[in-house]
Amino acid sequence: MRVPMSWLHDYVDLQTTDPRQVAGRLTEAGLKVERVEETGADISGVVVAQVLAVEELSGFKKPIRWVTLTDGSSEHQVICGATNFDVGDTVAYARPPAVLPGGFRVDKRPAYGHDSDGMICSARELALGDDHTGILVLGKGDQPDLPLGADVVEVLGLRDTVLELSINPDRGYALSVRGIARELATAYGAPFRDPADLGDRAGGPAGDATAAAYDVRIDDRDGCDRYVARLVTDLDPDASSPRWLQRRLTLAGMRPISLAVDVTNHVMLELGQPLHAFDRAKLTGPIVVRRAVAGEHLRTLDDVDRALDPTDLLICDDSGPIALAGVMGGAATEIGAATTDVVLESAHFDPVSIAYTARRHRLGSEASRRFERGVDDALQPAAAAAAGRLLEQLGRATVAAAITDVDLRRPRPVITLDPSLPGRLAGVPYAEATVRARLHDVGCAVDSEPGDPLQVTPPSWRPDLRVPVDLVEEVVRLEGYARLPSTVPAAPAGRGLTRQQRQRRQVGRALSAAGFVEVLAYPFVAGSTAEALMLDPADPRRPSVRLANPVSAEEPFLRSTLLPGLLVALGRNVGRGFADTALFETGSVFRAAPPGAVMPHPPAGRRPADGVLAAMEAALPAQPLHVAVALAGHWERPGWWGPGRLAGWADAVEAARTSAGALGVALEVAAAEQSPWHPGRCARLSVAGTIVGHAGELHPRVVEAFDLPARSCAMELELAPLLAAAPEIVPAPIVSAYPPATLDVALVVPIEVPAATVETALRDGAGPLLESLRLFDLYTGDPVPSGHRSLAYNLRLRAPDRTLTADEAIAIRDSAVAAAASRCGAVLRT
Amino acid sequence: MPTPDYDPKEVAALQADQLASAVSAGRAAFAAAPDLEALAHEHTRHLGPRSPVALGRRELGALPPQARADAGRRVNDALTALQSAYDERRVELERDRDAHVLRDETVDVTLPWDRRPPGARHPLTLVQERVADIFVAMGWEVAEGPEAEAEWLNFDALNIPPHHPTREEQDTLWIDPPTAGLCMRTHTSPVQLRALLERGAPCYVVVPGRVYRNDPLDATHSPVFHQLEGIAVDEGLTMGDLRGTLDLLATAMFGPDVRTRLRPDHFPFTEPSAEVDLLCWVCHGTSTDPGAPACRTCGSEGWIEWGGCGMVHPVVLMSAGLDPDHFSGFAFGMGLERTLMPLHDMADIRDLVEGDVRVSLTLGVEG
Ligand SMILES: [Zn+2]
Repeated sequence: MRVPMSWLHDYVDLQTTDPRQVAGRLTEAGLKVERVEETGADISGVVVAQVLAVEELSGFKKPIRWVTLTDGSSEHQVICGATNFDVGDTVAYARPPAVLPGGFRVDKRPAYGHDSDGMICSARELALGDDHTGILVLGKGDQPDLPLGADVVEVLGLRDTVLELSINPDRGYALSVRGIARELATAYGAPFRDPADLGDRAGGPAGDATAAAYDVRIDDRDGCDRYVARLVTDLDPDASSPRWLQRRLTLAGMRPISLAVDVTNHVMLELGQPLHAFDRAKLTGPIVVRRAVAGEHLRTLDDVDRALDPTDLLICDDSGPIALAGVMGGAATEIGAATTDVVLESAHFDPVSIAYTARRHRLGSEASRRFERGVDDALQPAAAAAAGRLLEQLGRATVAAAITDVDLRRPRPVITLDPSLPGRLAGVPYAEATVRARLHDVGCAVDSEPGDPLQVTPPSWRPDLRVPVDLVEEVVRLEGYARLPSTVPAAPAGRGLTRQQRQRRQVGRALSAAGFVEVLAYPFVAGSTAEALMLDPADPRRPSVRLANPVSAEEPFLRSTLLPGLLVALGRNVGRGFADTALFETGSVFRAAPPGAVMPHPPAGRRPADGVLAAMEAALPAQPLHVAVALAGHWERPGWWGPGRLAGWADAVEAARTSAGALGVALEVAAAEQSPWHPGRCARLSVAGTIVGHAGELHPRVVEAFDLPARSCAMELELAPLLAAAPEIVPAPIVSAYPPATLDVALVVPIEVPAATVETALRDGAGPLLESLRLFDLYTGDPVPSGHRSLAYNLRLRAPDRTLTADEAIAIRDSAVAAAASRCGAVLRT
Repeated sequence: MPTPDYDPKEVAALQADQLASAVSAGRAAFAAAPDLEALAHEHTRHLGPRSPVALGRRELGALPPQARADAGRRVNDALTALQSAYDERRVELERDRDAHVLRDETVDVTLPWDRRPPGARHPLTLVQERVADIFVAMGWEVAEGPEAEAEWLNFDALNIPPHHPTREEQDTLWIDPPTAGLCMRTHTSPVQLRALLERGAPCYVVVPGRVYRNDPLDATHSPVFHQLEGIAVDEGLTMGDLRGTLDLLATAMFGPDVRTRLRPDHFPFTEPSAEVDLLCWVCHGTSTDPGAPACRTCGSEGWIEWGGCGMVHPVVLMSAGLDPDHFSGFAFGMGLERTLMPLHDMADIRDLVEGDVRVSLTLGVEG
């Protein structure tokens, strides 16, 4: 909402002249001023001048005039490209050295073979509107109404301050000069003159409610509870809006169109009541307000044929629908250049109905915006009268005394308010007198005996005030949020972070400490992601949750694995020159709820039954938390210290071990063939037999699909089973101070036996005195027979209570080797 | 006078001139030793168990008492002389060696070491943890909820009926089919409901999390961003408590000099409602003065919009089964990107969402 200060000054007397202070007060009261715009201040040197002579220059591609002007004291000659003026007209003359909006300097300069002494301005060059089809003619020769040489900024009232407010959806009344002026008056304790109060102002057609201006019938009381119609006749079709009206509309952000339209817009901006003007000659039969019937159509003002929905509220006549009530008029009854008789509609529509219709037809308008937010339902007669008066004054029209007022309003509910409630919620006591005074400020009628709860009737322009806390906000905001105390409540003792929250932090810390950089990727993916990841048609990791209105049509699905986002981020970083990149992400993936699950929709304001809440949970998509890494380039860089090492499948597996290790969980690793990984370089990761994820080198086709460096690697784990498997209490290690016995064994093992199997056998065979087991060498080739490899282990043995003898150590080693021999066919290499 | 077991061959070593020549030979050898290794070798020759002086001393026991005393003194003198010659030379050589170590093993410690590229956590993760810790320290707990949420929890139960303009303004991402009653949560507020439904009152929780709006990505908007929600429901909670809690959070996040402002605003799930602004810590509000230089941090508005807040609406309490006549509460929600960006003078929200490693590596630190 844009409102010029000059318009506000019509209805409230302010001592201050500082618009910034006014803006601050309005913001404090809840009407946020986003911008304070000074207009006219950047114009200088533009004066009223009269055209004395016009010489048409020839030989140019377009008509060019050499114009002689007088500013009352001297004559000037300028070049002008417009032709919409005659000798004797008064114009806005930028007399050097002049400045136009935007800091544009006008000096004497050569143009079209003449020395042009300044220029004649168009409306747009003065920021007076959009019109730049010709220059701004201030007065025709026969009616010079402005003093020559006068500053155009002064005589046109261009100097103004426009406040640009963002109005919250609950404050429909503030979408008007009336509402803002009322708030200002309250903020400054200044007197307020209600522009809707036309009684004391001469010239307004008061109206005769005993006669009908036009037949109106309301068939849908829920959609429309009040309809006022006035008949305006003999409107001069040639009458145009005066400059002050055009100027006001322009400053308020609306485009001047025609007198009748400008007048209705002016009334809407001033009072907040949207009006509609029908061409009387194009109406047939009485006006009826009703819902649409299936199959009905309406061609609206924007010349779009609209199929109507049975919930659309319509204005109709005998011909059928003639307007989408409160949203947009119809083309067939639109007023035009020849219109002389007008039926003015000033109605009150149901906000919900208007909101639905405006949304369904994507027809948000200044009118629908106001109806949706709630219009004063006492305003309709005054708004119609105000428009009628302006059309009489400016369009030489006649407004019939008869007034149609179909009034089906229901009585306004009374709110019972405990006068101590505002203070109790604010945390600062307010005297009952203060509460009453503040409610009175916003227009409420307060009725009660002293000591009783207050019986509060909100004013007609505040349909948002419905329950006691609504009134509390009014009291507190007018007393000032700035005056609230600052206290910190004492919460009962808490339990700290949950175990899972601590565990998740630990995983993130472990991965970042291991060299992975965290990213937070968008969860939106394309349907083709499944193919890019080479997922089978039956793979549960195929995206299964789709958005109805995705941000991007190319990515309508929610991710079902963290990998796509991570791989894209990996490619982006590599593309930006970070060839050695290791990324990780922790986040939710989405899997469709089981088919048949129905989301309940219980009423608000009451706790749903436990069964309903459970059904709600069951109908949600599963959203398990995953952790994943993706890496490419060097894991260890080459440098002056020597060669580097490229990231490989084992680094991805190590990332999985790091994540699980941070929780005290050991992962079981086994070979697997699982997309999107390389079939020979993929590790299946399990905890107590449950698969929790995979790690390894990515399949070359996946690498290609995501445009990644060759041999990029990745890992993804489901966190919930890992977190659950973490030991709640980790037993302390036995810290033996006796010296260890260390022994090395090299085993020759058939190549198809996984190292994990050999290791398990060694551990089992060695028994409890084995403190640690470490593979320190891997060898194939002579003299190891083909089809075999040599695995060299270091065994560290230690007893808690004694120093192991050499014989004991050797016996343990032999037992370990024997287990490896019997289970894996291992042969001790000598 | 000779003794019966006098042995002239052995005793020769104990004679003064013999000892003197052994001492001078040892001295010369020590002095000539070029390094510690050679010195050790000479030590064996001249001071070791088989050195002439050591052998002479072994013979002392065979001498008659008077001669033994004289010879013993001479042997000791010789040993002392040799030992001190040896010590002197060893100190010399050790000093020499130390000087060599420094000279020969010196490295350039300014050589860069970046063999392993470092890792880092995302600044948004860190800020979520930081805020959670602040509240946990006050006895609050951290609650969570799903990102794909029930329409009822995201809207209806929060007093946002289907027609409400807020529902459209928030430009919800709906899950297909639209009739399923599922959406991507537009705020962390549904977790308010979840917390109240689960815990009842009193309830003091904060909720950090991802939220979604149907906004295309540009420099200042992202369809996915992070919020921090807080809700406290108890007997007798006030707007003063809300303000104090926000002041405390602001101080913890932005330092002791930060100034907050509450101004009336509208949210369907709170009444009264407020927006909390922070006084710009760069221009301190002066950029709104006429002619003042523009301020990038606050967009020359003087204040930085931080979040929305208010007293929990009775409908919300009732949706959770709580009696609004008995309990009151406050709630607040702020954008975490909006918290981080002005703090670090970041102009483009895309830097936080694209996953460029430079952002996490630079900002993912405990500064
Ligand atoms: Zn600033």
